[in-house]
Amino acid sequence: MMRGALLALLLSASPAFAVQPDEILSDPGLEARARAISQNLRCPVCQGEDIDDSNAPISRDLRLAVRARLVAGDSDAQVVDYVVARYGEFVLFKPRVDGSSLILWLAGPAMLLAGAAIALAMTRRRAGAAEAESLSAADKARLEALMKK
Amino acid sequence: MIIEFGHFCLVLAFVVAVVQTSLPLWGAHRGDARLMAVGDPAAVIQFLLIAASFAALTYGFVTSDFSLKLVVENSHTDKPMLYKVAGVWGNHEGSLLLWVLILAGFGACATWFGGNLPARLKARVLAVQGSIGVAFMAFMLWTSNPFLRLENPPMNGHDLNPLLQDPGLAFHPPFLYLGYVGLSMSFSFAIAALLEGRVDAAWGRWVRPWTLAAWIFLTIGIAMGSWWAYYELGWGGFWFWDPVENASFMPWLISAALLHSAIVVEKRESLKAWTILLAILAFGFSLTGTFIVRSGVITSVHAFANDPARGVVILGILGVFMGGALTLFAFRASVLEAKGVFAVISRETALVANNLLLAVAAFVVFTGTIWPLIAELVFARKLSVGPPFFDAAFTPFMVGLAVILPVGAMLPWKRAEIGRAMRPLRGALVLALAVGLLVYAVQTGRSALGPVGAALGAWVVSGALVDLWQRLGRGAISARLGRLTRLPRADLGKMLAHSGMGVTIFAVAAMTAWVTEDIRTVKIGESFALGRYDVTLLAVNSVQGPNYSSVMADMRVSAGGAQVALLHPEKRIYPVAGMPTTEAAIDLGVFRDLYLVIGDAQDDGGFAVRSYIKPFANWIWGGALLMALGGLVSLSDRRFRVAAGARKAAALPLAAE
Repeated sequence: MMRGALLALLLSASPAFAVQPDEILSDPGLEARARAISQNLRCPVCQGEDIDDSNAPISRDLRLAVRARLVAGDSDAQVVDYVVARYGEFVLFKPRVDGSSLILWLAGPAMLLAGAAIALAMTRRRAGAAEAESLSAADKARLEALMKK
Repeated sequence: MIIEFGHFCLVLAFVVAVVQTSLPLWGAHRGDARLMAVGDPAAVIQFLLIAASFAALTYGFVTSDFSLKLVVENSHTDKPMLYKVAGVWGNHEGSLLLWVLILAGFGACATWFGGNLPARLKARVLAVQGSIGVAFMAFMLWTSNPFLRLENPPMNGHDLNPLLQDPGLAFHPPFLYLGYVGLSMSFSFAIAALLEGRVDAAWGRWVRPWTLAAWIFLTIGIAMGSWWAYYELGWGGFWFWDPVENASFMPWLISAALLHSAIVVEKRESLKAWTILLAILAFGFSLTGTFIVRSGVITSVHAFANDPARGVVILGILGVFMGGALTLFAFRASVLEAKGVFAVISRETALVANNLLLAVAAFVVFTGTIWPLIAELVFARKLSVGPPFFDAAFTPFMVGLAVILPVGAMLPWKRAEIGRAMRPLRGALVLALAVGLLVYAVQTGRSALGPVGAALGAWVVSGALVDLWQRLGRGAISARLGRLTRLPRADLGKMLAHSGMGVTIFAVAAMTAWVTEDIRTVKIGESFALGRYDVTLLAVNSVQGPNYSSVMADMRVSAGGAQVALLHPEKRIYPVAGMPTTEAAIDLGVFRDLYLVIGDAQDDGGFAVRSYIKPFANWIWGGALLMALGGLVSLSDRRFRVAAGARKAAALPLAAE
């Protein structure tokens, strides 16, 4: 009796369980799309968890909403727009490539290009300088004399 | 009494650190040997004092001294002894004490193992190391003192966060800190070299072991953290691109770059200024990591001590050290003229490309980590940057790195031809392409991740083996193998570390691409199919642990009627902290892990069950361990022990050249 009560207490105290079996759509294609979409949506109240992994009730609501939209025939983009319209772009884990977010997306490639250009220019210049600094006629004569020894 | 003794030792250590910073620096400037010599005993005494202080705090935790505020907030009498000890660093104040202990430890090591360093350089290194200690001990004593007492001690404590009560996590922070703080040595050497105005092959040889050691510790620390996340945090994810994970990953990337560029300094006396800059940046990223973890500016699952006031102090420390170092660099870098010249195609350029890719990758991680903050402050946009961004923006650089690695590793120094270097690699290239195509043909689904990962992994690993084979010279197989033991350890280490990188690349791609997942409701006694296995839920019981209660399932996994494993996934609740955790049950295998999670009871009397087959999961950490092992083997190379002090007497200061 005691153990049963404890078990019940433990189970009721525990949070929900990310994607619940009862949420899963019967159509595997739609379900796979739902999972992919949920993995890119951030749980609005958690610290950096996507709604697919999150235990928060609001994440469950969002997962159900995503699935409901998919069943209603929305495209992936429409589903995402639907959620963003209600919770803002905060829920997008992958910021859209627009406006100021362009800086974020282009920072890496831009730095790679700039770095490569600088490195190439410096190597070329130094290699060039080395050519110019190569042995003068007098040095060559001396080297030959030394080699003959 | 012991606690007060520890507190007093910490204050004394602070005073000693002030002495260690000022006198040797002044002595080095004036050329006064007596003042410079103060650095050595000061470094040792500082270390001993902090060690005593740390021992006192540990004593407080072990004896559950609830008159200590820190113990009350982070411990409990019922907690197992391992976690009482680990609780010392499972919080902001205690982990800072560990931080400065390791910092002082590295300073003392510079004294113990730095016998062959020139007196002036050593004095400056110890002074810079001391100054970091001054900053952090001041931060501790004035804002985050671990030795504060409570006027009315409670009967018991609040317990440590249950997620942290795990053997993997007990040792994860010390390793990570050894890595973070180890980079302070590279930093100190860089600053000392800038003050001296001289960087030469000998300097490269001195700084490399410290960087290598720090990098090994970081590699192990990150691997442990990722392993912990895999079995504890959720559904078997091993990397979440969480700000705190990124905070450890950025110094890792930069120190990996530093390791490689220090080779160029050592062997070719080139890339000096760049190496110094990397050494400064590597420690800068360590400090940035400290700031991210402790300020709470960027929300994260692992953040502790989310106190903006403390954040400001750390930002101040970061600003002073990085601002000072970079200013010094700007003034003095021109003095560090390169000696060795190299052609556009050479080992040097390959290492420059390696550095560029690693540095840009670190920069991408950095931008992504702080972008939510910038977007909000500057553009008034509240947005998130998460795993999908990092996967897309970071991966290309790693792919690029893996593509050039085997070729770059085989190019000769100074001047090279790609064609000639590629000749021995033709076999590796064919093998990699064949593996990629085979995987593409065999796998179901059309994801490019699996084939590309497999091809890259095969390319890097076989490339590393070919490289080693070439190093063994010519002749019969037996003659080559006979030379294996006489090969420099550095070559062996290089092969191991590069292979480890290949293994990890392959495993990350394989596990991500080919995971099998199943979520369903299972009644007791019921079976279901998972890939080629059958899983049966035998029973669900409640179990009482030392400081938690648990719901534990008995699940049998069988294949073709034969039992493969009996697993016990749990759902625990820690009543003191009021926090539930899921404990996945994992059957480890060479080619796959079986990963089972038990969830809530459902209305129909069944239980929610999540089960996974994770292919090649262990290879991720196996690869990381190979990398660390490679570092260790390389660290044991003879040249660091024997020739380490061989700065040629004839070498003139660079400034005079």
